[in-house]
Amino acid sequence: MDNLQTILEHALAAVAGADDLAGLDQVRVQYLGKKGEITGQLKTLGKLAPEQRKAAGAEINRVKEQVQEVIRQRQEDLAARALEQQLASETIDVTLAGRQRTVGGLHPVSKTLQRIERFFAGMGFSVVEGPEIEDDFHNFEALNIPGHHPARAMHDTFYFDAGTLLRTHTSPVQIRTMETTAAPYRIICPGRVYRCDSDLTHTPMFHQVEGLLVDTDITFADLKGTLAAFLRDFFEQELDVRFRPSYFPFTEPSAEMDIQCVICNGQGCRVCKHTGWLEVLGCGMVHPNVFAHVNVDAEKYTGFAFGMGVERLTMLRYGVNDLRLFFDNDMKFLRQFR
Amino acid sequence: MRFSENWLREWVNPKISTEALVAQLTMAGLEVDSVEPVAGAFSGVVVAEILSAEPHPDAGKLQVCSVEAGQGEPLQIVCGAPNARPGIKVPCALVGARLPGDFKIKKAKLRGVESFGMLCAEQELGLSDASDGLLELPLDAPVGEDIRRYLGLDDSAIEVDLTPNRGDCLGIAGLAREVSVLNRAPVDPAPCTEMTHAIEDQFPVEIQARQQCPRYVGRVIRGVDMSKATPVWMTERLRRSGIRSIDPVVDVTNYVMLELGQPMHAFDLGRLQGGIRVRLAEAGEELTLLDGQTIQLQPDTLVIADHAGPLAMAGIMGGEQSGVSAETRDLFLESAFFEPVAIAGKARRHGLHTDSSHRFERGVDFELQRKAIERATALLLDIVGGQPGPVTDVVSTPDLPHLPSIQLRRERINRILGCHLPDGEGENILDLLGMDTVATDSGWHIVPPSHRFDIRLEADLIEELGRVYGYNRLPTTLPILEGITPPQTETRVPVARCKQLLVDRDYQEVITYSFVDRQALELLTPEQQPVTLANPISADMSEMRTTLWAGLLKTAAYNLNRQQSRVRIFETGLTFIGNGGNGGSGADIQQQQQIAGLITGPVAEENWHAKGRAADFYDLKGDVEALLALSAKPGEYQFEPAQHPALHPGQTAVVKRDGQALGYIGALHPRVQKALDLSQKVYLFELGLSEIRLGTLAQFKELSKYPEVRRDFAVIVDEKISAEAILKSVRETAGSLLTELVLFDVYQGDNLEPGKKSIAFGLTLQDSSRTLQDEDINPLLEKVVANLKETFNVTLRE
Repeated sequence: MDNLQTILEHALAAVAGADDLAGLDQVRVQYLGKKGEITGQLKTLGKLAPEQRKAAGAEINRVKEQVQEVIRQRQEDLAARALEQQLASETIDVTLAGRQRTVGGLHPVSKTLQRIERFFAGMGFSVVEGPEIEDDFHNFEALNIPGHHPARAMHDTFYFDAGTLLRTHTSPVQIRTMETTAAPYRIICPGRVYRCDSDLTHTPMFHQVEGLLVDTDITFADLKGTLAAFLRDFFEQELDVRFRPSYFPFTEPSAEMDIQCVICNGQGCRVCKHTGWLEVLGCGMVHPNVFAHVNVDAEKYTGFAFGMGVERLTMLRYGVNDLRLFFDNDMKFLRQFR
Repeated sequence: MRFSENWLREWVNPKISTEALVAQLTMAGLEVDSVEPVAGAFSGVVVAEILSAEPHPDAGKLQVCSVEAGQGEPLQIVCGAPNARPGIKVPCALVGARLPGDFKIKKAKLRGVESFGMLCAEQELGLSDASDGLLELPLDAPVGEDIRRYLGLDDSAIEVDLTPNRGDCLGIAGLAREVSVLNRAPVDPAPCTEMTHAIEDQFPVEIQARQQCPRYVGRVIRGVDMSKATPVWMTERLRRSGIRSIDPVVDVTNYVMLELGQPMHAFDLGRLQGGIRVRLAEAGEELTLLDGQTIQLQPDTLVIADHAGPLAMAGIMGGEQSGVSAETRDLFLESAFFEPVAIAGKARRHGLHTDSSHRFERGVDFELQRKAIERATALLLDIVGGQPGPVTDVVSTPDLPHLPSIQLRRERINRILGCHLPDGEGENILDLLGMDTVATDSGWHIVPPSHRFDIRLEADLIEELGRVYGYNRLPTTLPILEGITPPQTETRVPVARCKQLLVDRDYQEVITYSFVDRQALELLTPEQQPVTLANPISADMSEMRTTLWAGLLKTAAYNLNRQQSRVRIFETGLTFIGNGGNGGSGADIQQQQQIAGLITGPVAEENWHAKGRAADFYDLKGDVEALLALSAKPGEYQFEPAQHPALHPGQTAVVKRDGQALGYIGALHPRVQKALDLSQKVYLFELGLSEIRLGTLAQFKELSKYPEVRRDFAVIVDEKISAEAILKSVRETAGSLLTELVLFDVYQGDNLEPGKKSIAFGLTLQDSSRTLQDEDINPLLEKVVANLKETFNVTLRE
């Protein structure tokens, strides 16, 4: 029995000394394998007297189980350590940039156009587009701007020949829509427009969105409500707004709409020329002469029209201070709006 | 229109501040652009008389003056102004005065001579931007009086930006009417009483163009003294209105124009022959204008002529030869009404824009001419003296504008403004505006006053009511709309989706000008007819783009020149192609929605994980295929080798659908690249946007329960045979069992004969009703290979 105790002590020492799973397995074979030392002890039981066998057998089995248990524990420890080592060896620098495909961006003017369209689509307006090379009738005559009208001078028109020109506003799209379809109308007309003017605050091409709402019961009060709602949505602010009488040949009554300056919150700054107000769009009730040109019954239908400069809204929204940047298309500028 | 606030307040003086007045005008539709003080901020400057002026002992350009400034005894002041001389009256800044710019006047020594103050020029008082000597005051100016008080300098110059319909406000009288209406304040107009004539002289007036000039009022004034000076109160008012003083006669006509809104003209009667003829110009006639330029008159231009020829462009500018000069003794004054249509556009044609044409184009009150001539006569007699003759008033009543009679319905006011104005309020506004109002059952019959020629329709009256009542007092509502939602077509891919796809694939959207350089178009689309602007903003923006590539290439060059070596951009928009011989007009021009993209430089941003590689044709093609996949299934579009003048002949494909070409993709031709000064290879595509947005509605097909079978093989084929041709053959032979065909390898090199390539592809086969067996598949594959051998002479690669 002394022998057994010695074997146990050696086995425990050997397990503790095993540094890896392979070494541990050798220890297992040495003590618990078919030819192992503890297994060998069991084989000696036959030589003992029958009355001694039971006790001796139990004793050997106890030692065997104890060795099995320490091996199992050691195995777990070694496995855990091995995993730890594996994990440590697999550690990476998670601060390195991902393997990515970079993403581009929309032009800021496009972003504004999409936001305008989204608001009006929500109110049931359809987006309608039209030609940019227009004829005099659709760009001027039908909009109550005859040839001698002083408003023509304000339009600085690009011409191809006497009757063909680049549209100076997107209003001709309204005329084309009213010519070809029946009232009621609920449309917005976004697009490029052109005026023969180029300086710090003018580019010969810019974008407008014009809108038209014609139905049996549309009033100036509806115009005020719709446009105020739009601008509050656009700037995501409960802005003060005001309407000033103005003049457009194609609307009567006509108004300019101002919003509280979004740069200084109406306190007065360079952008609003210290007035606290920013002029953002023109609007009015559709002029009866325009209805007459497109055969809409002005007694049955009333409606309002409005027009806004997309670059101006974009500049105010994002704080851009130079209109010309929009058409330089410098990537360093455009990337700021991604 | 620029005017002096004090002048306006002489006519109508509501008890409100300048700030409130300005706000009121703006909110009534007369937008105020600026308010400026009429003089700089200064104090301590008085009227003074120069008693003597002696040369400075030590400085050639200075004088030592003795100045009486009402200070008890004369002051010694050193002055450098060339016009300093005894006997004149000038502004004198006393010791202790503060001049604009916070410049303090102190006792000083100039080159050893003491000086007790400073004599001032206009510029030094902030009255003008430049001056060439002391401001000389009238000789009756009271010595010692504060100059601010004497000249009334505590005043503002207000600039209103009038809309073209409000020509009636191009004068103090009109502005006063507005302010009166807005404040319910009375107007005190300038006197326009009829002068009794001292002489009987009249100058004959004959109107031949009655439609263009329904009324012409004239008067002879004999014996004027042109040596007299315009009084300072008048020159000051002119100055504050932005008009320079010329001579007393011109000053008076300008003054009356500013005051009443009636442009006038004065002729030197001694230079007129026979009589006035108001007529259209005759072909070949010339006229030298007051500004010195000689113009060729066109037959639609209204002129004021005498029996010898044209004297003036009616309503625009007088002629040099018949104008008033220092030698003039006798005047002929003109105050006429010209039809706006007769004047409109004529000035602009000659690059002119005068105060007179500005007013006549917008309209002048046709009942104003006599008043104006009486006012001008009275002012002239005060200044230059002379003897007036009786007024000549030639009028063609049928050709005068007619005052409309307008029906204004109460119910219509509500339908337009969205609220009922109380009747009393509405009538009160109409009254204040000078409307002749008669109540009817449904509303009113209204005749507007002659100065409100902009009011012709019921809508105009409704605007007036809303305007004076106040737009911001009107209700604000949201329209109650029947729930129409705009129709949506699922089979049309939204433009926004197409853009977003490119954005997500690392393209930056750009917006470039629609007009481009002719040379660029000659390089890019030599066989397309561009449309040319008649009045381009510059020579390199004269042609409408026939391709979006023009703008994209310019943008690429711009950015490459600014250290951006990687550019990936796209644009959507119209292109314009002419059909006619001269570029075509109107309907002949094709305006097409296009989408185009450009890539150049490294395929990816610089990074740590992959070697940089320059983007090539297949990078761009992958993006284009993704774009096309928004609307179509694989195989619906074909890329066929093609030629395009702007593209590399070996790297160009035309994109087709159902046999129709939708656009091109390719590498920029090296010749074009060089011509456009681009430093690196560029790849481009452009497609018809409307066409590629057209898709088909998805149609469900039962999923097969049976397994798929995949078979791969590789063939060796001549390198000139296109991959698409091989795949097409495979597809056609394999037939309906083929569910997917993928080309997974293309190889050329060591193990192959020169001129040959190996193409490897995999077929996925599946049947919807049973599991495919080798007996089904093998004969099919043999047939596929047999067809390839026969058509393309391929060999199977083991």
